[in-house]
Amino acid sequence: MTETFVERADWKPSSNPLHGLWALTNRELKKWYKEPVVLLLSLIQPVIWLGLYGKSLNFGALFTGTSFNIPGLNIPKSVLDQLGSQIMLSTFGTTDYFSFLAVGMLSFVALFTAMFSGMSIVWDRRFGFLDKILTTPVPRGSIIMAKVFSSTIRGLIQSAIVLVLAVLLGMNVSKITPIGIAGTFAALFLMVLGLSSVFVMLALRSTNWQSQMAIMNLLNLPLLFASNALFPAKFMPTWLQYVVKVNPISYATDVGRQLLLGSPGLNTLGFDFAYLVGFAAVFSAIGIALSWRYLSQ
Amino acid sequence: MGVLRVSDGSDGRLNFDEKLIVDVRGLTKVYNGRVKAVDNISFGVREGEIFGFLGPNGAGKSTTIKILTTLLRPTSGTALVVGHDIIRQPNEVRRSVGVVHQEYTADEDLTGYENIILIADLYGIPREVSKKRAAELLKLVDLESAAGRKVSTYSGGMRRRLELACGLINNPRLLFLDEPTLGLDVQTRVAVWGYIRKLKEELDMTIFMTTHYLEEADSLCDRIAIIDRGKIVRVGSPEELKASIGGDVIEVEVDGSTGEDLTSVIAGVGNVSEVKRSGSTGYRIKAKMGEEVAPLVIELLRSRGYRVKRISLTKPSLDEVYLEYTGRSLREEEADRDQLFAQRATLRRARG
Ligand SMILES: Nc1ncnc2c1ncn2[C@@H]1O[C@H](COP(=O)(O)OP(=O)(O)OP(=O)(O)O)[C@@H](O)[C@H]1O
Ligand SMILES: [Mg+2]
Repeated sequence: MTETFVERADWKPSSNPLHGLWALTNRELKKWYKEPVVLLLSLIQPVIWLGLYGKSLNFGALFTGTSFNIPGLNIPKSVLDQLGSQIMLSTFGTTDYFSFLAVGMLSFVALFTAMFSGMSIVWDRRFGFLDKILTTPVPRGSIIMAKVFSSTIRGLIQSAIVLVLAVLLGMNVSKITPIGIAGTFAALFLMVLGLSSVFVMLALRSTNWQSQMAIMNLLNLPLLFASNALFPAKFMPTWLQYVVKVNPISYATDVGRQLLLGSPGLNTLGFDFAYLVGFAAVFSAIGIALSWRYLSQ
Repeated sequence: MGVLRVSDGSDGRLNFDEKLIVDVRGLTKVYNGRVKAVDNISFGVREGEIFGFLGPNGAGKSTTIKILTTLLRPTSGTALVVGHDIIRQPNEVRRSVGVVHQEYTADEDLTGYENIILIADLYGIPREVSKKRAAELLKLVDLESAAGRKVSTYSGGMRRRLELACGLINNPRLLFLDEPTLGLDVQTRVAVWGYIRKLKEELDMTIFMTTHYLEEADSLCDRIAIIDRGKIVRVGSPEELKASIGGDVIEVEVDGSTGEDLTSVIAGVGNVSEVKRSGSTGYRIKAKMGEEVAPLVIELLRSRGYRVKRISLTKPSLDEVYLEYTGRSLREEEADRDQLFAQRATLRRARG
């Protein structure tokens, strides 16, 4: 039967299966790098967090800046200061909270871009663009992975900008090495890859961006607070520590703190990476599998 | 498979030896287990023709197109599109057809050119080829000068034409057009008709289109399927459909009447299907091919010694056909719909 209809295509289709994937990824990125305002806006929030939260919650000053005295005991200030930095060091793994938070912010920014990967698929559905690309022979998995990759790339670039800003704002750079940076971003890459897949999956069938927004808001802060990004997990209640232990953000942050600040880690680097690789692999695989089934009705 | 069919023609299937580029068999789509949008339809589209789906709001036109272009899975039934099964060979179907959706689907943040190239990439067309084709298509739809502008700055007509260009990028044998002129002003609509004819005549494309504009179906389509509430009511060429409701109406007035009833005389003329006397000297005749019947009637009456004082010929419009088969008039709906579409488009943009 097929032979009775002559193929009209006057070209040989590209044999590269990633042809469409790259085109779709680039489409997403274009919207971002061609609109500096969008880029700028997406950086404002973490910068505010860094600037206000990181600088105002000056935990270090609690111990070092003030001179408190316990009557009857005459402790010299130098001893107090040392005591303070010891407490800081044992709590945050570094002597200033700002540096501690800055590393957490890298994960936070990446998390935030990952969330929007889900939003963009809802937009595409609403505006009919998804219907249009679903009628082309592009692999359904490519449609999903383009969302995931583009938000991963955006997340990493935004994290890099935040890192530069943090250094400018006074992050402790004494332990930073190129390898440390590379390792940190590798961990962030795996984290965003997995998280983006999760959020894209949640949006696969959705046509309603309000509900998608609600999901984002619901997950956004809990994911952040139930991790070690803002505060060390060891002071959290036990049940919360369990959540922290499955939260991939904790692992990426843990890698960052070890490699950028030289802090003692919660886990070995090897374990952190193994967890992140597993997380990214499992969820992107599920995402691709579900896309074939659920992208169209 | 699917090439040879026997049928009486009235249900849209075709006769022996006909090659069907779309062969639909018992297609049904139920949304959410409740809404029966398409109800067991079967029909065939011949290669090289412009086949139109004519029907009102919610008739199931878009649903049918979405199923045939593999966007939706049918609840039951199947179809062969360009020889490929839509369920078992969706990728082959996607490769060989083009689609222009009812809604504007281009990416507003990209330029017209970028949109076309993007779609070309999704078909796996190498860049050397797609650049050339994009240029040709932009020329075809008169968008060369706007190609570098963001789609968000386009007018409705420009968007439609861009959609058309995107739908043609893979040089399909078969093009699906879902309400290609919806929301366009009359002038732009006529221009789009021109493009569609050009595709058929110059590029040998088969076109499957939906519309709720009677004029559009009438002047553009070789054959029409009237669809109502998910069911195909009737299939045929516009002429056949009009003829099927009894044909043209001829009204004659005879001079110098003796009061004699000429009904049976007139009924004897070939192709006349119905004669009614109105008043003492007037007759209302229903006939196929009225232009040929009218002179015969005059001649016959004259040969019997009567003089025809006045004669008029009215061709039935598709609206009457539509009314006949669905019990509703489509014309009233047209205006409402245009308004609705405009509203929807503004709302969407506002939300975006
Ligand atoms: N995704 C959906 N979920 C549920 N019902 C749907 C869905 N899409 C369409 N319908 C319903 O199916 C029926 C047919 O819709 P369809 O869009 O195919 O009609 P149409 O002939 O294209 O109408 P229009 O001329 O308005 O475009 C309608 O009753 C519609 O409400
Ligand atoms: Mg429709």
